[in-house]
Amino acid sequence: MLDFENWTCPLPLRDTPTVVMGHGGGGAMSGELVEHLFLPAYGKSAELTDSAVMPFPGGRLAFSTDSYVVKPMFFPGGSIGDLAVNGTVNDLAMSGARPLYLSVAFILQEGTPLAEVGRIATAIGAAASAAGVQVVTGDTKVVDSGSGDGVFVNTAGVGVVPAGVDIRPARAAAGDAILISGDIGVHGVAVMSVRSGLEFSTAVTSDTAPLHGLVSDILETNTDVHVLRDPTRGGVSASLNEIARAAQVGVSLIERDLPVPAGVSDACSLLGLDPLQVANEGKLLAFVPAADAPTVLEAMRAHPYGRGARQIGTCVNEHPGMVVARTALGGTRVVTMPIGEQLPRIC
Amino acid sequence: MKYLDEFSNPELALRLVEQIHAVTTRPWAMMEVCGGQTHSIIRHGIDQLLPDGVEMIHGPGCPVCVTPLETIDKALAIASRPDVIFCSFGDMLRVPGSGRDLFSVKSAGADVRVVYSPLDALNLARENPDRPVVFFGIGFETTAPANAMTVYQARRLGVRNFSLLVSHVLVPPAIAAIMESPRCRVQAFLAAGHVCSVMGTGEYPALASKYGVPIVVTGFEPLDILEGIRQTVVQLEAGRHELQNAYPRAVRDEGNPAAKAMLRDVFEVTDRAWRGIGMIPDSGWRLSSRYREFDAEERFQVGDVRTSESPLCRSGEVLQGLLKPHECAAFGKECTPRNPLGATMVSSEGACAAYYAYRRLDVVHI
Repeated sequence: MLDFENWTCPLPLRDTPTVVMGHGGGGAMSGELVEHLFLPAYGKSAELTDSAVMPFPGGRLAFSTDSYVVKPMFFPGGSIGDLAVNGTVNDLAMSGARPLYLSVAFILQEGTPLAEVGRIATAIGAAASAAGVQVVTGDTKVVDSGSGDGVFVNTAGVGVVPAGVDIRPARAAAGDAILISGDIGVHGVAVMSVRSGLEFSTAVTSDTAPLHGLVSDILETNTDVHVLRDPTRGGVSASLNEIARAAQVGVSLIERDLPVPAGVSDACSLLGLDPLQVANEGKLLAFVPAADAPTVLEAMRAHPYGRGARQIGTCVNEHPGMVVARTALGGTRVVTMPIGEQLPRIC
Repeated sequence: MKYLDEFSNPELALRLVEQIHAVTTRPWAMMEVCGGQTHSIIRHGIDQLLPDGVEMIHGPGCPVCVTPLETIDKALAIASRPDVIFCSFGDMLRVPGSGRDLFSVKSAGADVRVVYSPLDALNLARENPDRPVVFFGIGFETTAPANAMTVYQARRLGVRNFSLLVSHVLVPPAIAAIMESPRCRVQAFLAAGHVCSVMGTGEYPALASKYGVPIVVTGFEPLDILEGIRQTVVQLEAGRHELQNAYPRAVRDEGNPAAKAMLRDVFEVTDRAWRGIGMIPDSGWRLSSRYREFDAEERFQVGDVRTSESPLCRSGEVLQGLLKPHECAAFGKECTPRNPLGATMVSSEGACAAYYAYRRLDVVHI
């Protein structure tokens, strides 16, 4: 693998160690960037066309896109490159699709060190390889310093949905068991721990991971999976609220059953945040009929990304569209949709 | 977290609940002063476990909520100046001023940054010597020592581009103001544990005796709060009105002498307008004359801001315990955390926001 930490180009990119406007001009410098930086990172040959033409196995197509603007770009357990691949792979997987192909587009601010772009590209190549998807097309634009903020990445992906699979939020039904694949709040705390102005030391590292393998194992149980959702921004709380509203069911959580690791609950106590509202990048929520829950949990726990799987609640007919948690002391509270950014509390 | 999780133990909590039920013979209304306690009570559903008639009145102890509108507008004016780096605790960003908040000023191009410690703002000032860096120094006696230390360090290190927009408020004068109110229903106080860990308990016996109310210094975890309530009910039932410390693991009678010395050096007592409540004499701190050069109000000349409060917002009555949040006609309709009319709907410690977040279910079913 290329080591971009001390990266030197065999054909220097016009003698510049940082991104300059010319890298986005579509000329020789753009070509050099693609040839010497992106293609080696993604493990590609240099035959380039305007669009990728790939074999398609038939059936139904899933298509998703997402843009990544995370700050800082490198954090404990991953980088914007890992997120860009796993995020889109997971969006496809949550409709039951097997992800196949990705596009990757960069928006670079001039002045960004090329070594940084190289590290991100390498992370993208490695994550794509680990997820078994191919990066087949890409784009690069450069903006004036001041117009962007380092590196933005957009990925789009396509995948195929197996016959008979119908997984979407509106299928959540009263009586469903609500399962989570593991510890919550991990990614958000890892990123916050290195965010400027908030730095704190923690052993928590991001859980970013591709989840289509776990989804595939769940589907192989031949159970009637109603909903899958990766609770990223806004956390478990946002995902459950969206599902409750889409299906007009109530969601009832047992607070004691939420898998909140000590590092996450400590950081949340200090910052005044609710772990239910903190982002995850390698976890999924599954809504399955109660009778199927033991089978699905067994399959999840057998997969490396689902070892900590457990039931956290049930779908009910009461309070449609709302998420309600039973507190450890026996009271209840409404779990609301987070509004915008998480704001650390004053004291 | 060690020394924290132990104080959420459900079995022990239920035992305390039983003891409270056993000693209660009639209705009592007590006020938890601090917004952190309000948050914890609603978050854990503690008030749902109390005997009928034992009522928790949510006090004015949310620093975000009581920061005067005028100060918010001054913050918006300063943050809008070119070159200024304006630093704030996170939850001040969504507090509405007269029509705008710091978020909208930021989206219009202002350099507004969330910091977790005022010392981070001082570091920013040292890293950006050509730009004025302002920290929004608000809060009770709890946040004041760190703000005082920051100004002290700024002077010691000669960081001239740093200044502080100060709007500190003090708990004991607020307790007196609440008791002086003709409509006051409060029969006892759970005093704010972390305020007392800084300032000690010396100011409270006189208040307890003057107004004939028990004052029990109380912490923030479920067991702390239930023990505070238990001691309060025991006093009320016995007709006593004394100062008691139910949070001895964090609070000593003398407080924190080093912090108090720093506060005496950096700040001086001043009259302060509390948002929703009004002017309370001697209820705030401003920078002392020794540190006046670090006062952002002086440096940026923002004395002429005009303020206008939403006519629908009744947060003043909520802050004084005269109105429950959901009894306000605008609650959950014109006024939500997404579109707050008053500060009590903004901070997660604000009574309206806490009710909206955790109790909407009950309100819907009423």
